[in-house]
Amino acid sequence: MSGSAGSLLHLSLLELSEALAARHVSSHEVTEAALSRIAETDGRLGAFLKVTAERARAQAAAADERAARGRRLGPLDGVPLALKDLFLTRGIETTAGSRILEGFIPPYDATVVERLDAAGAVLLGKLNMDEFAMGSSTENSAFKPCRNPWDLSRTPGGSSGGSAAAVAARQAFGAFGTDTGGSIREPAAFCGVVGLKPTYGRVSRYGVVAFASSLDQVGPLARTVGDAAALLQITAGRDDRDMTSSPRPVEDYGAALEAGAAGLTVGVAREWLAAGVDPGVAQRVEEALATYARLGARIVDVALPHTRYGIAAYYLIAPAEASSNLARYDGVRFGLRAGAEGGLRAMYGETRRRGFGLEPKRRIMLGTYALSAGYYDAYYLRAQKVRTLLRRDFDRAFERCDVIAGPVSPTVAFRLGERVDDPLQMYLADVFTVTCNLAALPGLSLPCGLHPTEKLPVGLQLIGRPFDEATLFRAARALERELGPLPAPPEISA
Amino acid sequence: MSLSVEEVRRIARLARLELSPEEERLFQGQLSAILDYVEQMKELDVSGVEPMTHALAGEAPPLREDLARPGLAPDEALANAPAREGTCFKVPRIIE
Repeated sequence: MSGSAGSLLHLSLLELSEALAARHVSSHEVTEAALSRIAETDGRLGAFLKVTAERARAQAAAADERAARGRRLGPLDGVPLALKDLFLTRGIETTAGSRILEGFIPPYDATVVERLDAAGAVLLGKLNMDEFAMGSSTENSAFKPCRNPWDLSRTPGGSSGGSAAAVAARQAFGAFGTDTGGSIREPAAFCGVVGLKPTYGRVSRYGVVAFASSLDQVGPLARTVGDAAALLQITAGRDDRDMTSSPRPVEDYGAALEAGAAGLTVGVAREWLAAGVDPGVAQRVEEALATYARLGARIVDVALPHTRYGIAAYYLIAPAEASSNLARYDGVRFGLRAGAEGGLRAMYGETRRRGFGLEPKRRIMLGTYALSAGYYDAYYLRAQKVRTLLRRDFDRAFERCDVIAGPVSPTVAFRLGERVDDPLQMYLADVFTVTCNLAALPGLSLPCGLHPTEKLPVGLQLIGRPFDEATLFRAARALERELGPLPAPPEISA
Repeated sequence: MSLSVEEVRRIARLARLELSPEEERLFQGQLSAILDYVEQMKELDVSGVEPMTHALAGEAPPLREDLARPGLAPDEALANAPAREGTCFKVPRIIE
């Protein structure tokens, strides 16, 4: 990346927004710079499934026209963003990373897409992901692997791996992903960007391909805390088309952003820093805690004793709900149809055999088993009760603190291929992220330095009270201001 | 806990999945390992614990007015259909 067009791409989203407002730069210039960057780097990175260059150019031109008339629509007007390929985009193929939806052209936009469009954002394209958001490495994409910009032999995490990689590699100024068990926070941690899973119900899921409906939530990935706050601000809030979206008013996330760490109480679950966590990851998290203490926060120990049952509950609830949600892919209304000549039953079987990859099949099998006659009480119902116990742990902890801090993942980014043959090992790495989804709480992943020996980003996870994203942003910003930005990842040669 | 191949086939039938013999063997082992792992939930005493059936804890979901609103036009709704006839999705014959 060289020259002034390249350096534009190193601006944060909010810095770019100021430059656009001051008309020091045009949306046309920055959109062309981003498209060139994608063209130069994505052959090796694999973050994009589809680049929507024409639409981006048209949106940029419209943004520049508004800017010229002094009618910018707000901070996102003219800013190039990208979306995980799980968000329905009217007229633009949406695959959810699956062959079964290859060629599917949605007839409507997701609410998030509508809101970004109304805010003037420029859509660069649709991002790579694990098939149906099932995975922690983006290796389950039916189309191609995505790589980590810090080390191309490693995964970017998943399932929103394309989103995290694109933002880290300066291909886009921000992105949206979804998080069912860590799918925003883990890739954000692996790629060294900020990722937020908001409270369940904070952002509308209308038009987002469903995975596990009691856990799924939409959220932003960005290079700074302020950028993530700006992206949530535009997309949060009640939507009549999503029954589960909350009517609570959306706070002004910018207002408390710079309030600092003094006066905050940070809870630490010691069991989250014990055995099983890479020592280098634990070290960076401990240092972050020490920094909070130095900045005037009070650090208290909290107990989350049911964390260790989180994975078991999650890997029953999520597959059970997925097996139900994925029943719609049957070759009747959209997507792939195969085997119709053999009759209806053969069509269902053949369509799903050819259309689904191994991971969705595995989860459909697990979920179908957990919900089948005679097993429901022992599995799904029991898991829902464990969920209540987990939530109670957090409710008790939040009587004593404002945020809970710990690692996002027990390790830094792992290598492609390292865990694909052992799904249980892959699942176990989600131990610190699934709890947030099960308890319906907001969780933020913040880069807290590079691993001391592996030189890869480490993510600090901050978990907040329900609908208290503002305090998460405040706490994250306090640390970000102190640590300074991560260096950019190494240059990706063409 | 160990699943038999017959159980794997029964679940696949319920899920309308056609599995290859390799997939059957693979899933037999993997699902057994996962089910072994989730057994640890049994250590917990959950008697008297309410299941969390609603993730928006403590919030009654608001209901909208029951009013007709514009939806997708038939052609839009059918645009991705693998086969259609008029304004219907066309499927293979079900009743002989």
